Amino acid sequence: MSPAGAPGPLDVRIARKRVASVAGLEVEILSNLAFRLDAGEVGALIGPSGCGKSTAMRIVAGLDSAFEGAVARPQGPLGMVFQEPRLLPWRSVEDNIRLAAPDIGEAEFAALLKRLSLADHRAHFPSELSLGLARRVALARAFAVRPSLLLLDEPFVSLDAPLARALRGELLALVGERAVTTVLVTHDVEEAIRLADRIFVLSPRPARVIGEIRVRPPREGMSAAEARSIKADIDALSP
Amino acid sequence: MAARLLSLLSLLALWIVAARFGDPRHLPGPLAVFAAMGKAAASGELFAAMAITMARVAASFLLAMAAGAALGYAMGRRALVDRLADPWVVVLLNLPALVIIVLLYIWAGLNEAAAIAAVALNKLPNATVTIREGARALDPALDEMARAFAFSPWKRLRHVVLPQLAPYIAAATRSGLSLVWKIVLVVELIGRPNGVGFEINEAFQLFDVAMLLAYALPFTAAMLVVEALVVQPFERHVSRWRPRPA
Repeated sequence: MSPAGAPGPLDVRIARKRVASVAGLEVEILSNLAFRLDAGEVGALIGPSGCGKSTAMRIVAGLDSAFEGAVARPQGPLGMVFQEPRLLPWRSVEDNIRLAAPDIGEAEFAALLKRLSLADHRAHFPSELSLGLARRVALARAFAVRPSLLLLDEPFVSLDAPLARALRGELLALVGERAVTTVLVTHDVEEAIRLADRIFVLSPRPARVIGEIRVRPPREGMSAAEARSIKADIDALSP
Repeated sequence: MAARLLSLLSLLALWIVAARFGDPRHLPGPLAVFAAMGKAAASGELFAAMAITMARVAASFLLAMAAGAALGYAMGRRALVDRLADPWVVVLLNLPALVIIVLLYIWAGLNEAAAIAAVALNKLPNATVTIREGARALDPALDEMARAFAFSPWKRLRHVVLPQLAPYIAAATRSGLSLVWKIVLVVELIGRPNGVGFEINEAFQLFDVAMLLAYALPFTAAMLVVEALVVQPFERHVSRWRPRPA
């Protein structure tokens, strides 16, 4: 699975993460949350909403260093897709992508836009885009940096089902081609089964990994029975 | 547009009527003022005075905006800086412009530096408070995005922070320019040997209202032109990405 010269595995060991609650008390939201992905693997973090998945993701991204533990990231650029597209509203689609990935060449840039059906929207501003299109731009931006680690925080939440399905297909193809180590946060079991090599099931707060399930590729060609059995495994683990 | 023109014309008509029936020494008619303006322009004094006053407006405005933006940004981002600097800003905000001007002239002497500093200090707290609001309203989600994609500090400032601050900078510019040019005239009147404010004081001493208006009107017109040709286009430029209201 790992390509030659891979930038190393992702090794996440969060011993403890506390935040101040509204009442001023310290609340522990992550406790012994640990998982590991080899280079090029896709891992899904799945758990009840509000269990601290996004907090874990911010720690993995290096955006939050106030925790006990250690995170070893693959060497190289980080690509991230947040729950909201987080585009710069005063910049065009093209500028939004190029600001994050200044080194991308025109051919690669054009190909990426085409892949994500964004070719007609190059010069548009984020206010002119639908949510689905804006999410595509966020995906394009994350891939444009040629990431060695890709973090996707519920990238398809609040999209209607057919659109989410289409985007998931595009994402799957891109991830497969690039062999990039990917962490996907989701509360959608189907999405996790469809996209991930490994699924890590999280407990409610304070979140920890209560089970790991390996999904055997090819994911696309998985039979309904296999998918059902994995889903049953996850349901058995879920509290 | 037509209503505005009508309003301006009625003002002119009122001026002519008042000059006709009043004491011409107190209020000379438009023709007398234009004659005085022509005389001041022909001697070059009008343009020299306007140029030096404009230079003072520009210098004190830029100084106040730069210092106010830096201080306001720091106060908006860091609670400690805000707590430390806020009482100073409140004091400056409420100190009459005249007090600041006179104090600086006494402390630093009747010189150019004191004049510029006095105007800048009068404008500084307004700029600071406005930019502080902007810094408080910065979107943390975009900041996080910039960090995730490893934007350099310069790139973050230029592409993430400044565009968010731009409407606040535009507001501070608009209110600041009109404040600064009025205070510059007072500073010149009290302690400078040249400039529009100085000439107005001369006219006051001579009780020469035609000369007073001959300096005041072109300068006011020039500031309106700056507002229309610089400030308003800047405001439109920084908000061009916003969706137009339907």
